[in-house]
Amino acid sequence: MKDYELFTRDTKAFVYGSQTRAVQRMLDFDYMCRRDSPSVVAMITPERGGFEKFFWGTREIRIPRIRSIGEAVDLFPAADVLVNFASQRSAFDVTMEALEADTIWTIAVIAEGVPERQARILAAAAKEKRKWIIGPATVGGIKAGAFKIGNTAGTMENIRMAKLYRPGSVGFVSVSGGMSNEAYNIIARTTDGLNEGIAIGGDAYPGSTLLDHLLRYEKNPEIKLLVCLGEVGGTAEYEIAEAMKDGRIKKPLVIWVTGTCAKVLPGQVQFGHAGAKAGSEIETADAKNAALREAGAVVPDSFDDYHLRIKETYERLVADGTITPAVDFDPPQIPMDYKQAVAEGLIRRPTHFVSTICDERGEVHSYAGVPIDDVIEERYGIGGVIGLLWFKRVIPPHAREFLEMVIQIIADHGPAVSGAHNTIVAARAGKDLLSSLVSGILTIGPRFGGAVNGAAEHFLYGLRSNLSPREFVDAMKKKNVRIQGIGHRLHTVENPDKRVEILKGFAKENFRATPLLDYALSVEEVTTKKKANLILNVDGCIGVLLVDLLKELGFGDDEIDRMIAMGTFNALFVLGRSIGLIGHYFDQNRLEQGLYRHPLDDILYDVPERPEEVG
Amino acid sequence: MAQKGIREYDAKRLVGKALAELQGRGPDFGARLVLVTPKTDLDRLEAEHPWLKAERLVAKPDQLFGKRGKNDLLCIDKQFEEVKAWIAERMGSEVTIGGTKGRLTHFLIEPFVPHEVEYYLAFTATRDADLIHFSSQGGVDIEDAWDTVMTIEVPILGDIAAYDIAAALPDIPNVEKVASFIEALYRVYADYHFAYLEFNPVAAVDGDLIPLDTVAKLDDTATFQCAEKWGRIEFPKPFGTSPTEEEAYIASLDEKTGASLKLTVLNPEGRVWLMVAGGGASVIYADTVVDLGFGDELANYGEYSGNPSTELTYEYAKTVLDLMTRTPDPEGRPKYLLIGGGIANFTDVAKTFTGIIKALEEYRDKLVENKVKIYVRRGGPNYKEGLEKMRRLGEELGVPIEVYGPETHMTHIVSLALKEKK
Repeated sequence: MKDYELFTRDTKAFVYGSQTRAVQRMLDFDYMCRRDSPSVVAMITPERGGFEKFFWGTREIRIPRIRSIGEAVDLFPAADVLVNFASQRSAFDVTMEALEADTIWTIAVIAEGVPERQARILAAAAKEKRKWIIGPATVGGIKAGAFKIGNTAGTMENIRMAKLYRPGSVGFVSVSGGMSNEAYNIIARTTDGLNEGIAIGGDAYPGSTLLDHLLRYEKNPEIKLLVCLGEVGGTAEYEIAEAMKDGRIKKPLVIWVTGTCAKVLPGQVQFGHAGAKAGSEIETADAKNAALREAGAVVPDSFDDYHLRIKETYERLVADGTITPAVDFDPPQIPMDYKQAVAEGLIRRPTHFVSTICDERGEVHSYAGVPIDDVIEERYGIGGVIGLLWFKRVIPPHAREFLEMVIQIIADHGPAVSGAHNTIVAARAGKDLLSSLVSGILTIGPRFGGAVNGAAEHFLYGLRSNLSPREFVDAMKKKNVRIQGIGHRLHTVENPDKRVEILKGFAKENFRATPLLDYALSVEEVTTKKKANLILNVDGCIGVLLVDLLKELGFGDDEIDRMIAMGTFNALFVLGRSIGLIGHYFDQNRLEQGLYRHPLDDILYDVPERPEEVG
Repeated sequence: MAQKGIREYDAKRLVGKALAELQGRGPDFGARLVLVTPKTDLDRLEAEHPWLKAERLVAKPDQLFGKRGKNDLLCIDKQFEEVKAWIAERMGSEVTIGGTKGRLTHFLIEPFVPHEVEYYLAFTATRDADLIHFSSQGGVDIEDAWDTVMTIEVPILGDIAAYDIAAALPDIPNVEKVASFIEALYRVYADYHFAYLEFNPVAAVDGDLIPLDTVAKLDDTATFQCAEKWGRIEFPKPFGTSPTEEEAYIASLDEKTGASLKLTVLNPEGRVWLMVAGGGASVIYADTVVDLGFGDELANYGEYSGNPSTELTYEYAKTVLDLMTRTPDPEGRPKYLLIGGGIANFTDVAKTFTGIIKALEEYRDKLVENKVKIYVRRGGPNYKEGLEKMRRLGEELGVPIEVYGPETHMTHIVSLALKEKK
């Protein structure tokens, strides 16, 4: 590589920072330029290793993520460029480290707000090592048809429009990165195109100066015309005038120094760039434009003629044979990103998933279409949320209250039942919250906690088959099936379960009708005649009342059957009982209970001396 | 952004504290300073600062302007009671300094330092080096005595310890001690990220240097490194700057967002108004208005950039439109609104235009009443859709809107508008 070249079609670069979009844009540019291989060899991201996927045209490729500059340099000694996206805080350290690496020669520092002293140290350290720094506070630069730094030159559409996919004859350098797209556009419209463009950044002490890059362009035989955009403040443009006078710059230079309006602005107006402020008369745009004009540069009367002066100068160079206009070609298409294509309505695709209960895409999540803010503000409560997420209905207050009563009632039933027991044993074995909770929940089924579902199913069968309570009891007996939801260990007709009384009372008062409860109670009349404790227990009561409630909410028989089949009623048990199980887990933890081992004398050991031999 | 002037009070406070730490000895002149603001109760000061009663004092305005002696704004070698009266008399009064009018709001009180020798000492930066300027002729207009100033250049990668400062100084008493002071001050200048530090004069008392008048700028981008060293630091606006209500409003929006919104009203009667996207482009539009000879008609300078939200763009546009349409031109001439910008990198042009269009729709009647003509030029992502929206808006509003894209030179709309104006 020649000493005036920072980038070629073979340049390999590292990108420091998790800038996946910038990397994709660099790769898209490479592809459009018909480079043989991607310019980015690795991302350097201290927080994470592994790799990242990118597109190379239509194909997906992997680019490694490496945690340190040292490692990256060892793995990819051919990479000589670092695009440094490190933040204001760490840009200095990262750049200093990269300057120490033998194989990295050019560093673009993107961060804004790097302290001036640090920027000056970087510039001096780079100079000492004969390395290049572009920035800080820059978008970077571009070598047409070869290499692009980060986000330079904007969208692929713009790159195509400004013909940046192939080199022309113009070398451009500016202070402002924001104006570089505009400049590439002007150059594309007035000449055979850009060869290389650099934005040095708007800080007071850029790592490389306007002159540094113009001198490179002067040496580069591909570049025939120099174009520059300077800025009020500082004296960098005088260095250019000097270089023209002493013959270091011989190629024609079209240059304009912006900020001529400063003279009509009050003194304290600071333009966007830190360096853009005239400290004295010689730093004004007018003085610098005059000095450049005097030194022989082509300086327009205002920016409004800038493009005309570039065009004239270019045409003169074509006329005298200095420039043979570059040949254009049709660059390969860059496939549009899926997201953008969808946004523009160009493509569609069938989905693989469907969801109808919750949507997290908007600014506010919604439950079945009700914004979560409203859910809270309008006091939907747990019952109302169950209505939305389980039944996709806004259910009335009495329904919400009923569901919450059920949850409260079934939240726990003491440490001895199988669910709580399992949770306690797991907790005491040192298992975590989730494992302990789950070992409890997993006992819920046909024998434990399943009675709610079962009761609903059984009584519905009786009612729908038009069986009298007596016929129903007999039929179940005949099938040898115990009626779910009937019977209690302690409670009897004379000593009723208070919980059941409350539920029944609530339903009678608030439900429009309770046909299944009424049926179950008439069944109870039959069973309690056999035995006083064969009452409608709390599970049974919940089961039948849930059916009555769902009917009232407008669900048809088919829908209710499906819910029972899905285990909807058991779900209520799972939900409620989880509160208790979590409580048991916390309780055991607080008590620092050790590993549980079941006492041997509580187990009947009846193991044969030898197993039977078969076969 | 970057170099910011600070009060003499803060400069002395920082330098004094740092010097005391660095040299491990006094005098810590930073500890005996009082900043008087409009909120200060002068009668309660002596309780907090007993030395005010014990010392002869100096008082002066502390508002980032110099030449206080020439403007008769120095109160030297006085008792506290006299100083109080002197400040009370001047607090809130309007003065003109170098053509800039402003109110006196901040005063510095410090001990009077009896001395016989005054030097000039300053620390400045170039790209490659720090410069230490010293003259044994302090307290004068140093530009007039620049041939007495000697300069030590410390390369940015160099080490001050490697320099024999004493050897470089002119023949002065206690030269070694003065040299060690200068070295210490240099370290403070560098460690504390001063961008500029000038003592003119600095008093020499037995070789101890005590700053009398101090001018300083800090590099505010170093805040993340220096927050603790600096302590509570204030970056006051330059003297005489009092933003208008609208400017203050835009500045308050600017502070709340990562995007950039800037507005300076130059001439509310001007007929050329700018609403330009991008820092670089906004300067060039203002330049072009001036370069084409219409600086006197340029009403404002400003920019919006960094992908502001639709809401922010709307607020910005509304503020400009409101200012622009308050009173029609007395001679009934048209006004010009230039909605300009270069080719955006990734800012969605259609989206940012949505906010501007909403504001234009709201101001339709006033725009017509003020005979406003609108010129639009912009490029970048989604620019076609954005420009098309603007075109349609012109038809709907009945306000003349001319719309151009990247095929037209960026500032062409300036000459289009101003040609018409002639």
